Amino acid sequence: MSKIETRKLPLPHDARDKLLPGDAACPGCPIPIALKVVSAVFGEKAILVIPACCTSVILGTYPGQAIKTSVIHVPFASAAAVASGVSQALRTRGIKDVHVIAWAGDGGTADIGVASVSGAAERNEDIIYIMYDNEAYMNTGIQRSSSTPRGAWTTTTPTGKIENKKDMARILIAHGVPYVATASVGYPHDLYGKLQRARSMSGFRFIHIHAPCPPGWRFDPQYTVRVAKLAVETGLWVLYEYYDGKLTVSGPSRPYMDPAKRKPIEEYLKIQGRFRVITDELINEIKKYVNENWYWITKMSR
Amino acid sequence: MGLRVALTGNHAVAYAVKLADPDVIAAYPITPQTSIVEKLAELIDKGELRARMIRVESEHSALAACFGAAVAGARTFTATSSQGLLYMHEFVHWVSRARIPVVMAIVSRTINTPWNIWPDHSDFVDQRDAGWVMSYAMDSQEAFDLTLQAFKVSEDPSVYLPVMVGLEGFIIGHTAMPVEIPDENIVKEWLGERRQPYVIDGSEPLGLGGLTFPEDTEDMFYHIQEAMNNAKNVIKKVDEEYGKLFGRKYGGLVSCYNCIDAKYIAISMGAWSGDLVEAVDKLREEGYPVGALRIRYYRPFPAEDIWEIVRNAKGIVVFDRAISFGAWGQIYTDLVAGFSLYTNKLPQMANIVAGIAGVNVISEDFYGILKSFIDKSESGTLERNYFAWIKVRR
Repeated sequence: MSKIETRKLPLPHDARDKLLPGDAACPGCPIPIALKVVSAVFGEKAILVIPACCTSVILGTYPGQAIKTSVIHVPFASAAAVASGVSQALRTRGIKDVHVIAWAGDGGTADIGVASVSGAAERNEDIIYIMYDNEAYMNTGIQRSSSTPRGAWTTTTPTGKIENKKDMARILIAHGVPYVATASVGYPHDLYGKLQRARSMSGFRFIHIHAPCPPGWRFDPQYTVRVAKLAVETGLWVLYEYYDGKLTVSGPSRPYMDPAKRKPIEEYLKIQGRFRVITDELINEIKKYVNENWYWITKMSR
Repeated sequence: MGLRVALTGNHAVAYAVKLADPDVIAAYPITPQTSIVEKLAELIDKGELRARMIRVESEHSALAACFGAAVAGARTFTATSSQGLLYMHEFVHWVSRARIPVVMAIVSRTINTPWNIWPDHSDFVDQRDAGWVMSYAMDSQEAFDLTLQAFKVSEDPSVYLPVMVGLEGFIIGHTAMPVEIPDENIVKEWLGERRQPYVIDGSEPLGLGGLTFPEDTEDMFYHIQEAMNNAKNVIKKVDEEYGKLFGRKYGGLVSCYNCIDAKYIAISMGAWSGDLVEAVDKLREEGYPVGALRIRYYRPFPAEDIWEIVRNAKGIVVFDRAISFGAWGQIYTDLVAGFSLYTNKLPQMANIVAGIAGVNVISEDFYGILKSFIDKSESGTLERNYFAWIKVRR
C-alpha cells in the first residue's frame, strides 16, 4: 500500500488558484478550509458531485462559480448514485486521470443519502465520498441531523438532542470498502495526506471531516480551528485511517489514546453556545460515549 | 431487411436498447419492468452488449446514476414501473431541467395501495409535467421502434430532452408477438454518435445546476417549452426517416384508423387501442361513420395535430385509462384545453375513464360505449358533453 506519511507533507501554496476568493460562505466557515485542501490535491482533475447542502450556496450564483473544478449539483439523496454514474461513464470512455468526488454534508450522507452511500459502497464504486460534518442541517437553519451529537441544541431540539451521533465512518468500515478515514478542518495537513492516500487508491473511499460551524454551534467565527482542535484534544473526535483491514490512529489523535492526556470534555463544550443547556448528567453520558468510542478504536487498531 | 423474432414487449425494448448501443445502464427491479433489465444483463453477460450496468439500490439512484453517466458523456438507459417511477420522480424533473438526453422505459402498472401489479396509465400520465418527451406503444413492435427512436429524438440538438417510452405491463410487456429487428449497421449509421448539449468529464472546469436567480431560471425553463415544440417536428422527421429505412412509419405524434371520412372519432392511447379498432370495424360494418385516433406521443401533446383531424367531426369520445381524482381523465383534460385554442365551439364530447387498475376492457365494451354515444348524438338526445367512469364487470 501507498507509503504516504500524513503528518509531514507541506500544503501547496496555490490552493487559492482553484478555490477562488469571493465565495458565499459565512465568516469562519469550515467548508472553504476543507475545499481548499481538496482542490490543492486534485486541482482541476476532479468532478465534485454536490447534493443540497451549504456548499450548494457557498459556491456562488449562476453563471459564476467560486471553484475552478467541475461541479454537478444534484438532489439531496443522490450524491453517491450520481457520482457512481459519472465514474462508470468516465471508465467507459477511457478517462482515467479525473477523480469523481461526492462532497456532501452530514444530512445528505447520514440521513437522506444513507441508502445511496451504502449502495455505492457495497458496489465499491470508484469514487471518493467526502462527508463534511457540521453536525446539523445548517443551510436550512440548524435543524437536528442523525449526526448531531448528544446534548446539542438545534432549532428542532430546543432542549438538546437526546440520542448519540450516528457514526458514519464505522458504518462504512462495516461495508468493507478500501479506504475510510476521519479528518478535521483543524488539521489540514492530516486531511491533505489522507486525500493524497485516497487519490492513490481506487474503489470506494470515504473521508469524514469534522467541520465546526460558527453560527450553528454558536461560537465566535474566529474560533473554528480552535473548536476543531479541542474536539480532537478532548478525545471526542478521533482522527484515524482504515485500509488493508487495519485501523491506524492518525498523528494528531495519537497522544489522546492515553486518557490522561485528554483535555476535559467541558473545555470543548463550554466554548459552544449549543451546549449551554447541557446537564451534568449528560456530560457524564458524553464522557462515557468518548470512552466507549476509544475502546472500539483501540481494539480495532491492534 | 431485418430479423423477425417473437418477442414480448419487454424483450423488444431490451433489443432496441441493445441496438442503440448504450454506455451505461442503471436499474432497480420492479414488476412488471424487470424482464427488460434481466434481458439486458444477460446480453451484457454474453458479451453482446458492451454497456456497463449499475445495479443500484433504488429507482431514485437508478435515474441518478443515469443522469451522472449522461452528464459525463454516456448514452444511458433505465426502466421502471409504478411505485419505482414515483420514487424517482424527483429525478425525472431534474434530468429534463438539466436538458440531458436519457431514455427510460415505463412498463405501466397502476399506482398502489392496495398492492396491485396490473396495468393502467396512471404511473405514466403522472409524469406529464416533468419536461420529458413521452411516447406510448400499442404493441411489442411499436415498443421496439419507439425505444430506438427515443435515442434519436432525445439526442437531437433542437430537442435535448429525456424521452420515456410507455408500454402496458403484461398486456404488452409479457405477451409475445413477431417483432422485426432492423440491421445493426444501418441502425448504427442512422443513430450516430452520442450527442448532448454539454459534457462534464474533467476536460475543463464546468458547473451544472448551481444557485440561479429567478430570471435566469425562468429563461432555462422557457427553453424547455421551446424544445418541446421543436420535438414535434423532430418526432415526425424521425418517423419518416425510420419508415424509409426500416419500413415502418406510424404517422408521427398520432396514428389514425378510418379517420378521414369519420363523423365520430374515438381517441385512445396504448394497448387497448387495438380493441378499439376492432370495435370501429364492427361499427363500420353496421354503417356507423366512426374512426379511431391513437395518441403515440403524450408530450409534446399533439393537440394541433388532433384538431386538424377531428375538426370536422360531429362527436369525439376520449378514452382515458387513468384519472385525475376530483377531475377527469388526463387526455380529455389536455384535449379540451388544446381544442379551446383552435375553436370557440367544441364538438360533442364524452370522456370515458375505464380499465383502471388493470380491469380488462374488450372490444365489445368499446362497441357498446361508442354505439350508445353515436345513437344519442344522431337522435339529438345527447344534451351535453359528459364524463363517465365505466366500471366494467363480467
